[in-house]
Amino acid sequence: MSEQSLYDQIGGEAAVDAAVDIFYRKVLADDRISQFFEDVDMERQAAKQKSFLTVAFGGPNNYTGKDMRDGHAHLVTRGLNDSHFDAVMEHLGATLKELNVPDELIAKAAAIAESTRNDVLGR
Amino acid sequence: MRMVKGTPASESQKGLKSSLVSQNYFLPCSCSADRDMEVILPDAANFRFSTSVVSVDLLTSEIVRLRLARPSGFQYHPGQYITLYNAEGTGRTYSLASTPVLDPFLELHIRLVPNGIVSSWVHKQLTVGDTVSISEAIGNCFYMADNPDQSLLLVGTGSGLAPLYGIVRDALHHAHQGIIKLYHGSGTMAGIYLQQELNQLAKNHNNVEYTACVSRISQATELDAGVVHGRATAIALQHNPRMSGWRAYICGEPKMVNDTSRALFLAGVSLKDVYSDPFIHSKP
Repeated sequence: MSEQSLYDQIGGEAAVDAAVDIFYRKVLADDRISQFFEDVDMERQAAKQKSFLTVAFGGPNNYTGKDMRDGHAHLVTRGLNDSHFDAVMEHLGATLKELNVPDELIAKAAAIAESTRNDVLGR
Repeated sequence: MRMVKGTPASESQKGLKSSLVSQNYFLPCSCSADRDMEVILPDAANFRFSTSVVSVDLLTSEIVRLRLARPSGFQYHPGQYITLYNAEGTGRTYSLASTPVLDPFLELHIRLVPNGIVSSWVHKQLTVGDTVSISEAIGNCFYMADNPDQSLLLVGTGSGLAPLYGIVRDALHHAHQGIIKLYHGSGTMAGIYLQQELNQLAKNHNNVEYTACVSRISQATELDAGVVHGRATAIALQHNPRMSGWRAYICGEPKMVNDTSRALFLAGVSLKDVYSDPFIHSKP
């Protein structure tokens, strides 16, 4: 029997839906990073947060490293760096914890998110 | 996209707001076709109607109320918007403040834009009986009767009251039970209108609350009784600091809509429960 995917283990689309509000609220309320979201369109941004969580949960996505790079390039010029990426990682972990996702699955999701760091920071 | 013939598979409507689902919007990327379907672009208003002017009234120095005969076959939800065309074919979009079941006419609230092509034409030239052309109604900022006990917050500035007025009356028509709080904001008293009608609604319905907010006042400003000094969003948040589980409708200037969406989200409103209609200005 094949092992269930991380996405299914975390709870699939329903988990993403539950996580997106909690996660994005944490991000917007965080003074360390909220500046980068100042003038963004809420509705579009919500869709992006959903895509990000889907990626982190190992779900179906069409994102490439280039998308991540291009999408954040304007923020890198505004000073986006490791400390901001760390803050987002912190909120991802806290969100999953709040949703009672087991630690070993949180670690897997964190590892996937971590793998986008260099693309996001344009390195 | 929107399907105008056929019903989209539920798979292709996953993640869409319920007001979009009910209008047969779907995601083409996750829609597989097993039979013929007819689709249009999401913002395409498909049909035009010819109609006549029922009344034109200047409500304040800034706002004109235009009522048009409802053409036969014209379907809409209060809060959706139409494009109104002048004789030269220049069109501007306006929200519907009327309610199909309660009003025989279509009601628009038109803000007088300095040198505005369409707003000036409505104000200075249109008279009762004139024929005008309008598009069909589109947009997804309207009342959904899927949760009659949910608390509703409505925040609008200027003529952003139009869709909200339609939505409140539609909700009451559907016997909405949850509380309905409407905050209407304007820079000056000249943008505050329909006070009497809204105060009456609040008086007749225990679950309705109406607050008019004026942000710019000087010593000489006289606020009408019941009008509060401040920005509508700030006052709404002051009155309701925690709004988790609420549904919100936000209409007005794009920046105000976005800032308010964010503030309400941070106050607990779920992203899927934020309905908004940013009024984007055309160049005069």
